[in-house]
Amino acid sequence: MSAGTRIPGVTDAPVTRAAGGLLVYLMMGVYFGVVLIKSEAASWYRIQEMFRFESVHMYGLIGSAVLTGLLTTWLLRRSGARSLDGQTITVTPKERGWARYVLGGATFGIGWGLAGVCPGPIFTLLGAGVWPMLVVLTFALLGTWLYGALRKHLPH
Amino acid sequence: MTDLLDLLRSPWPWWVGGPLIGLTVPLLLWIGNKGFGISANLRHACAVLLPDAAKPSFFRYNWRAERWNLTFAAGLILGGTLAGLILANPEPTRLSAAGAASVNALGVQVRPGLVPAELTDLSNPGVWLLLGVSGLLVGFGTRYGGGCTSGHAITGLSTLQAPSLIATVSFFAGGILSANLLLPAFMAVVR
Repeated sequence: MSAGTRIPGVTDAPVTRAAGGLLVYLMMGVYFGVVLIKSEAASWYRIQEMFRFESVHMYGLIGSAVLTGLLTTWLLRRSGARSLDGQTITVTPKERGWARYVLGGATFGIGWGLAGVCPGPIFTLLGAGVWPMLVVLTFALLGTWLYGALRKHLPH
Repeated sequence: MTDLLDLLRSPWPWWVGGPLIGLTVPLLLWIGNKGFGISANLRHACAVLLPDAAKPSFFRYNWRAERWNLTFAAGLILGGTLAGLILANPEPTRLSAAGAASVNALGVQVRPGLVPAELTDLSNPGVWLLLGVSGLLVGFGTRYGGGCTSGHAITGLSTLQAPSLIATVSFFAGGILSANLLLPAFMAVVR
């Protein structure tokens, strides 16, 4: 590398760039966390209302999110733009199959309906001072580990 | 000034929040060609935390390449502090009449805050049971199904992926079952 030409003590350019790069993702996380709270997607009450078909709120929220994501991602890819760090923009295709999506999806859904939180709100609510989310997070990590340990015995 | 503060504290209608959620997908692609998905962080956290001796192969990979996502999760916590604590909505979630009636029927009062006091009272062992079982199923199910609401319902559907449609339909089926049948049973224990 061209470390010799740099200011003494500031030689590790790639690390500095990585740290600067990470800041953008921190900001994106803050952005998304704020939206989850302000849109009430992190509200246990809204999730209950959704799963009982008692309001349009969550359906409007998810529907307009997908529609916006669909349109803007299509435009971004069609424009042929590269990412800010120079990569060709690619969307990794999900693995084919159905058993894991039906069984895993339903398992997640059952958990979601109980405490009313999917993974995003677990983090966001923790930040909002809802400390019992630590219980949910700890058990979610345990569940993730359990999947990792049992994976070979499950249909995918 | 108080008007501005009121504005910052109030919740947004779905047609403001939804598009802002959807924009996360192209923004992360544009910033660094990253696929949006929050539950992957539960896997990364296991990869970071588990000692080598007790690490299933599923957690043996270069998690350092995924630091961006763990940083994103840290941002979610900060965002929660900003919007949910500093600028918390002083009013309860404005439920539909039917929604409020159902919540009351579960023995839960609609009060300010995003999670009811009845479900966060850790002096009640039933609450531990409810939160623990819920977390366990969320962690296990998201990894088994390869994603959560952000990875499948938002990103996957936005990029027209069939597996994500199967996953989204399945987690709604699970959630409908759970909220309408299992939760009332749980609440009978919790109360």
